[in-house]
Amino acid sequence: MADTLTPVLSRGWADERSWTRAAYEERGGYDALRTALDTAPDDLIALVKDAGLRGRGGAGFPTGMKWSFIPQDNPKPKYLVVNADESEPGTCKDIPLMMANPHELIEGVVIASLAIRAEQAFIYVRGEVLHVVRRLRAACREAYEAGYLGEDVLGSGRRVDLVIHAGAGAYICGEETALLDSLEGRRGQPRLRPPFPAVAGLYASPTVINNVESIASVPSIVRGGIDWFGSMGTEKSKGFTLYSLSGHVKRPGQYEAPLGITLRELLELGGGLRDGARLKFWTPGGSSTPILTDEHLDVPLDYEGVGAAGSMLGTKALQVFDQTTSVVRCVLRWTEFYKHESCGKCTPCREGTWWLVQVLQRLDRGEGQAGDIELLLDLCDNILGRSFCALGDGATSPITSAIQYFRDEFEAGMHTPTAELFPPAASTLFGTPQEATR
Amino acid sequence: MSLGDTTMGELRELMARYPQPRSALLPMLHLVQSVEGSVTAEGIETCAELLGLSTAEVSGVATFYTMYKRRPMGRHHVGVCTNTLCAVMGGDAIFERLKDHLDVGNDETTEDGAVTLEHIECNAACDFAPVLTVNWEFMDNQTPESAVDLVDRLRAGETVHSTRGAEITSWREAERVLAGFEDGRADEGPSAGPASLAGLEIAAERGWQAPPLDTDQGTATAAATESPEAAAAEADTGRAEDETVAEESPADVEGGEAEEQS
Ligand SMILES: Cc1cc2nc3c(=O)[nH]c(=O)nc-3n(C[C@H](O)[C@H](O)[C@H](O)COP(=O)(O)O)c2cc1C
Ligand code: SF4
Ligand code: FES
Repeated sequence: MADTLTPVLSRGWADERSWTRAAYEERGGYDALRTALDTAPDDLIALVKDAGLRGRGGAGFPTGMKWSFIPQDNPKPKYLVVNADESEPGTCKDIPLMMANPHELIEGVVIASLAIRAEQAFIYVRGEVLHVVRRLRAACREAYEAGYLGEDVLGSGRRVDLVIHAGAGAYICGEETALLDSLEGRRGQPRLRPPFPAVAGLYASPTVINNVESIASVPSIVRGGIDWFGSMGTEKSKGFTLYSLSGHVKRPGQYEAPLGITLRELLELGGGLRDGARLKFWTPGGSSTPILTDEHLDVPLDYEGVGAAGSMLGTKALQVFDQTTSVVRCVLRWTEFYKHESCGKCTPCREGTWWLVQVLQRLDRGEGQAGDIELLLDLCDNILGRSFCALGDGATSPITSAIQYFRDEFEAGMHTPTAELFPPAASTLFGTPQEATR
Repeated sequence: MSLGDTTMGELRELMARYPQPRSALLPMLHLVQSVEGSVTAEGIETCAELLGLSTAEVSGVATFYTMYKRRPMGRHHVGVCTNTLCAVMGGDAIFERLKDHLDVGNDETTEDGAVTLEHIECNAACDFAPVLTVNWEFMDNQTPESAVDLVDRLRAGETVHSTRGAEITSWREAERVLAGFEDGRADEGPSAGPASLAGLEIAAERGWQAPPLDTDQGTATAAATESPEAAAAEADTGRAEDETVAEESPADVEGGEAEEQS
């Protein structure tokens, strides 16, 4: 059995100047690249596939399988694009990773590029994180200086170039096909699939798009091997991963553990909820994953376990709210976010999120009308599965799950404002939870 | 066109970084803002001309993204995260307090031109809630009082440091880095904020670690060298073992054998 916490990606984050090439090499950084250069590309793909690495960007698609979809007989150039847009509410793992250890990501980029035979890679990082962009640019420059990137990677005759590309503020650009349009200098709107990016992605060429954490996990898989990776995690959800704990907890932060740890265990490690607090609801993987409650404290946080509980592992962004928090207020705020970020391409999402906000606003004010709950469910029903991309589907998750577990709070919205039922001051971290429960 | 020769050269330099020049449009618009203080009509025309696009096409892109500003900005951009997690933890209260204190609404600039205030969406720092940004640098774990103090110092022209980043420069200088030009400040600030290290510290206290890397499959030769006491020390001692193993048997770490065994 692996230990309860297994820092791999976060292992060096406390080291002196951990973001520099020197510090990364000190911890064995870029050794895996040397191994990879001596390995046939197809064997690298098989390694990642057989290790069982699944995408850490939300959907959990097997990474090696994605790489194997790149048609190597296609004469066009192949591209690797790292999705560093991290904007799903609650999600906060890739940003600290890139700030503290950008080289592990860059080493993963070079290895993945070698595997899929891409000579050009991109890291598309959201624009609102200046210091992370600085660290990435500096790391990229250092990697070129050391010959890890460039036209002749470590004298192997293989070429891998990397561009650090900062976005400009749009959640939808995290959706992989919208990201490609954005990277082509367009409005970030999702594309029709098929064709899938593996066949016709960036510049209509075969393209792999992977999350930061997925790619950064590759160097240690190359070093550790299949059994090593599989010695952590569960049967179908293998390996280590970053869980991000936030909200009404004593010790919010990043917890790197084998897949399958529970929220109860994570909370116990960090001293539990803040004083006087009881767990009310939480998201397992960002705002697009249906909320869960204190009934679900022992659900294994892996793809299967959270799925069986009626939600999704998503980005492992555990946002924890205590009894002072109004569910309706939270759901409204998330829905306002989806409405704002809807790219407008399809009607169910564009119009539907607008209507959802109208109804939730009046429930928040205590001015809900008879039938509003049914109206919300009906609107969600018309968005889910009918939207062009997963943003629309995600927008319905908090609403339908919150009604499932806390219907009475929506009922209360017919007559009482949320701010009266749940004074916001009691929820703040500069307030105390006792104030509201008195 | 009066964007200046230097800027024109830099715009062309950005275009040359990509297999197809249009991919540089987002960086180019960041650079335009940095030079002009907002995405001006002239900036849009210049980008359109350089890329062989219509101004409508470039405008369509510029208006799609929230970081591009069509109105002149203050010297500093102050963002308050009011997405759900931060809002509940205190972001709403902070935003109200700042609007009141600065006497501005959302997306407005103070009379002295020092601060443009905006509420922002989740900035991937929820474990540091409630979160502010100044010119897209993190200001973690804020309160209404600390936020007021922060904007006062910015308005007074005092030196301010990000809690998890560099010394605060200006919104325009930040936009230049985002466009693609380094400012030499990457080495400022810490590796990580306290919350980022929460799990690592608990693991070190309890002697927990991942199984050792770089061993022959099935033999845990490096295990004894890993120190449970401190994560940093662990990384160092692990290193000596790594080199020997990697040099002696480069193929083993790739894991091909294990595949057949299992
Ligand atoms: C609206 C929306 C936003 C997304 N945002 C991100 C993101 O910020 N980062 C990310 O890696 N994946 C994001 N995704 C998922 C990507 O589309 C894609 O599945 C992922 O990058 C694939 O990488 P992986 O296989 O390594 O997980 C988003 C999806 C949607 C629908
Ligand atoms: S679901 Fe929403 S974000 Fe996705 S394409 Fe439709 S309008 Fe755009
Ligand atoms: S909700 Fe504020 S940073 Fe995530």
